[in-house]
Amino acid sequence: MPARLKLFLPLVVFFGLALLLFRGLQLDPRELPSALIDQPFPAFSLPSLASGETLNVEALRGEVALYNIWATWCYTCRVEHPYLLKLAQQGVPIYGVNYKDEPEAARRWLAELGDPYRDNIVDQKGTLGLDLGVTGAPETYLVDKRGVIRYRHVGEVNERVWKGTLEPLYDELLREDS
Amino acid sequence: MRAALIAGLIALLLSVSAAAVIETYQFDTPEQEARYHQLAAELRCPKCQNQNIADSNAPIAQDLREQLHRQLQRGASDDEIKDFMVARYGEFVLYRPRFGGDTLLLWLAPAVLLLLALIVLWRVVISQRNADNRADSGLSEEEQARLDALVAEEERSA
Repeated sequence: MPARLKLFLPLVVFFGLALLLFRGLQLDPRELPSALIDQPFPAFSLPSLASGETLNVEALRGEVALYNIWATWCYTCRVEHPYLLKLAQQGVPIYGVNYKDEPEAARRWLAELGDPYRDNIVDQKGTLGLDLGVTGAPETYLVDKRGVIRYRHVGEVNERVWKGTLEPLYDELLREDS
Repeated sequence: MRAALIAGLIALLLSVSAAAVIETYQFDTPEQEARYHQLAAELRCPKCQNQNIADSNAPIAQDLREQLHRQLQRGASDDEIKDFMVARYGEFVLYRPRFGGDTLLLWLAPAVLLLLALIVLWRVVISQRNADNRADSGLSEEEQARLDALVAEEERSA
């Protein structure tokens, strides 16, 4: 009997392989884990978009917040914008990183479309973006009370992403001790 | 003469298309330039995933080339530059992944699979050979024993 069963081995191997490859088909190869997960938010010293004052990483620490990488040249950011406004209304702290953009254009955009951000870091040269491992806009980082990056979302934040992924994590981080 | 002219024109066209992607950087030494080209070929563009940063004209690849150039000018070693990139973009950014940690499976899987295949092959060959031996006489062990006994008796009486 065992010899008989052995005949089925190639079939079993085949199905195992087929399952593995089928799973692979459904994965998005662009969805990379950030190298900065569980790392502190990188240090920076950059001007604020609204006030022009210099911002640094310590000044923004202390609460669970979203850091949204955006730019006026980024079309998806415009699509994402209304949802960020909605989140801000719900009381979710969102900081903007205005990535490789013209500050003047960015100010106009916020005046026109509304401003969901607590504050905006002007990253005109993309140096903070580089330290964050940003590959493009929009990207959104979830940072905990200690200033540690806990999650990165590449692409638009919308209802599905917020309800499905970000909000459960956000609520969990809120319950954590600082 | 005409062939030379055409060849010259083609060379000119090719050089223009190459210059469209790559900015020009100043290097202190030819050796530094060689390192730049080697590293740019080995670093993978995080956005356009099947290109290295030398071939890609995505903004992020431009930034990384600029960063690479700056680090080389500063006198950073190859390992320092790779560490810098990996700290930001993960192991993914290296086209030639380093040995150890997360990449252990990647490096060892081929050797393990080859070993496995050799073991299977060896076992198949052995069992095949045993089957061949048996097929030669066409006798079971019992019959073989009887045959041996008969032959021995025959020899004694002869």
